[in-house]
Amino acid sequence: MEAYIRGIGNISPQNSWDNADFPGETVLYDNNRLKCIEPDYKEFIKPIQMRRMSRTLKMGVAAAGKCLRDAKVEMPDAIIVGTGLGMMQDTEKFLTAIIDNDEKFLTPTSFIQSTHNTVGAHIAVMLKCNKYNLTYVHDSISFEEALLDSLIRIKEDHSEKILLAGIDELTDDYFTIANNVGFWKKDINGNTDLLNHNSSGSIAGEGASFFIVSGEEQPDNYARFAGVDIFYKPTSDDETENFIREFINSRGLELQDIDLVITGMNGDMVGDNVYKRMQKRLFDKTPTAYYKHLCGEYYTSSAFAAWLGVMILKTQRYPDDIFINDHKPSGPVNNILIYNQNNNTNHALTLLSAC
Amino acid sequence: MSRVVVTGMGIITAIGNNVAENLESLKNRKHGVGPILYLETSHKGEIPAAEIKFSNAELASMSGIDKSELYTRTALLGLIAAQEAFDSGIGKYGISDTKRTALISSTTVGGMDKTEKYYRDYLNNDKYSHFVHTHNCSDSSMKICDHLGLRHKNITISTACSSSLNAISFGARLIKHGLADRVIAGGTDALTKFTLNGFNTLMILDKEHCRPMDASRTGLNLGEGAAYIVLEAEEEARNHGKDILCELKGYANANDAYHQTASSPDGYGPYLSMKGALDMSGLEPSQISYINAHGTGTDNNDLTEGLAIDRIFGPDIPPVSSTKPYTGHTLAAAGVVDTIFSILAIREQLLFPNLNFRQRIEEISFEPIKELKPAKIDHVITNSFGFGGNDSSLVLSKY
Amino acid sequence: MEELIQKLKVEIIEVLNLEEMEPEDIDSDDPLFGEGLGLDSIDALELIVLLEKNYGIRIEDPKDGRKIFFSVRTMAEYITENQK
Repeated sequence: MEAYIRGIGNISPQNSWDNADFPGETVLYDNNRLKCIEPDYKEFIKPIQMRRMSRTLKMGVAAAGKCLRDAKVEMPDAIIVGTGLGMMQDTEKFLTAIIDNDEKFLTPTSFIQSTHNTVGAHIAVMLKCNKYNLTYVHDSISFEEALLDSLIRIKEDHSEKILLAGIDELTDDYFTIANNVGFWKKDINGNTDLLNHNSSGSIAGEGASFFIVSGEEQPDNYARFAGVDIFYKPTSDDETENFIREFINSRGLELQDIDLVITGMNGDMVGDNVYKRMQKRLFDKTPTAYYKHLCGEYYTSSAFAAWLGVMILKTQRYPDDIFINDHKPSGPVNNILIYNQNNNTNHALTLLSAC
Repeated sequence: MSRVVVTGMGIITAIGNNVAENLESLKNRKHGVGPILYLETSHKGEIPAAEIKFSNAELASMSGIDKSELYTRTALLGLIAAQEAFDSGIGKYGISDTKRTALISSTTVGGMDKTEKYYRDYLNNDKYSHFVHTHNCSDSSMKICDHLGLRHKNITISTACSSSLNAISFGARLIKHGLADRVIAGGTDALTKFTLNGFNTLMILDKEHCRPMDASRTGLNLGEGAAYIVLEAEEEARNHGKDILCELKGYANANDAYHQTASSPDGYGPYLSMKGALDMSGLEPSQISYINAHGTGTDNNDLTEGLAIDRIFGPDIPPVSSTKPYTGHTLAAAGVVDTIFSILAIREQLLFPNLNFRQRIEEISFEPIKELKPAKIDHVITNSFGFGGNDSSLVLSKY
Repeated sequence: MEELIQKLKVEIIEVLNLEEMEPEDIDSDDPLFGEGLGLDSIDALELIVLLEKNYGIRIEDPKDGRKIFFSVRTMAEYITENQK
């Protein structure tokens, strides 16, 4: 199961909108909250449509528009979205209205727009796309589930061009709520030294990463999704190790074929240890990177990691500040393994390969 | 590619805590719609719903867990239905390899039942911090996997009211591609103030018992529930000597691409999903013996679904009924609840009535079936349509 | 009546979040839905709540909205006739 990446549209806390000068300078933040750098939406959305759209929806529609344009695809054969939390702004708005007004004088707009599949649905309406339209909502592996569905579809029909996305927004309320339960580091004032705090939690982030994937080989493809798998609650590190080994072997590769591992290390001392133990067991000599200082922690941040990996494969350049060990790629980067996990429960592996 | 069959099922709705009780209610016209008793809402007494008549503590003891306070109602319902599905399709055959059994669940509002209760606390303190994590749609899926000891793929889908049909279709695809040996697929949704008020703002809640497919219909009744089925490859089921409940011959998802909530005037999305599922099954429309309609009771849904049925099946429309007057609209669970009712129709060779029908909708050619009646049922279509124009259909066949 | 029409235009722009629109952009007699302002069924529901909240008028059947919300003027007339 594999698919070529034909187009990209990415809105993130980094300058990822226009990819001409990748990797560019890392955008620095002076607190524990990274916000998307938003494009001018007017190019993609008419004002009359804009009136009901939350920030996520605007980001999603614009990133989708850019992605389709990049791939020169007018009508995708499927729209498949991963989102951990869905439409937070509208959910909070409707919920707050219910509580504040004791269930009176409520209006439908925010309720309608709070539905988890709103982004995919809205894109379908705008494009008049009658095709398959799915939304996956599973914690930190929502994007990988959307990717899995996409790869299966392309196996079923090689010629399909699928609009695939990972999207989550960070609202003020959600930032506060997650802060109250200790998701965000308090002892940090920026995104540069995320891994150097012996504390729990991470920094908050958000993003909308869209891809057009297809089974058709073309000279201007960016890269290739060469596999994805997910697994739940390993009972031991041995089991995790086996899972990773089997995943790589099942793609016809050996450990040493992996030129770069992009981990989901986020500065949380407990969670990061899971990666460190696997790195020691499997990738001691392999260049190993992280990405959450660039985009912050959110449920579909691995879609940002996929964008990063795709850009590295395409340009053979990379940001200097992503490595967590002393190894850097010595030759061409052909295979990148993205490994993300959350609390040692939901684990996901994505293999990206050069075309 | 292997044929996909159903070997187990589990369900809890307002008309019963398991498959046998649901069947008894269906046979005896016993519906579950009534005044709201459990949900804390100012609409009590004004808007009816199909609640499951147990408190969370009672549901917790039914599912054999002791710490009910750590479970959302959505998760509790899910545990009960998934356990029955697991027991009937896997457990009773002594299969213990849960590493090749995937769960594909679905929900529309996840742990909203707790979020809407403690939202102010979430914002201001950490008193209910353990529930913050249960807001996510994945929480109930993870609780189900933990409860059943599953450690394979754990997947959650949310496409509004068509969610669980999409979970079933994705399960079938995992099996066809050898990515899982067995899949437990379905969905769960508890009644919440969020959804009750949401549908109320759309002015599509009937203040009386809903009347799907009836000319005088004015809206839907919300329900709550959970249901799951066990899917596997035919040879896998046969190797274990399993009782095969039916075959899943076709499935399709399409998008109406018309409006976020309203269906296109001619029901193009519903037409595409039914057509897609039929095409995959290789059956002719005339071979379909029963259509379990989405039939929510709203003006818009029933008209456009009816038009789409006319377009595909006319003039010889197979028997049609909506079973929503029994269970209410159970949102993410609706598709799999109707799937189980369709399987029961095949197993029992019985057509279940569309309660409260009096007068045909002028624009469509057919009336739904009004009385329980025995019939030869070989192939059934079931539909689920949701917000965002998300339309899904399955074809289930006698095995 | 003209005063009420002006007030309604401001309220419509606010509740429907019609960014970049001014009251004078809305013609009192132009259709609000369809080819006029281009509103849809969700906007109609928003306007029903506006009538209830700001004018104490309850509309039970959303189908009635089509006539009442034909234009800002028909809305104003309905309010004048039905306000207690």
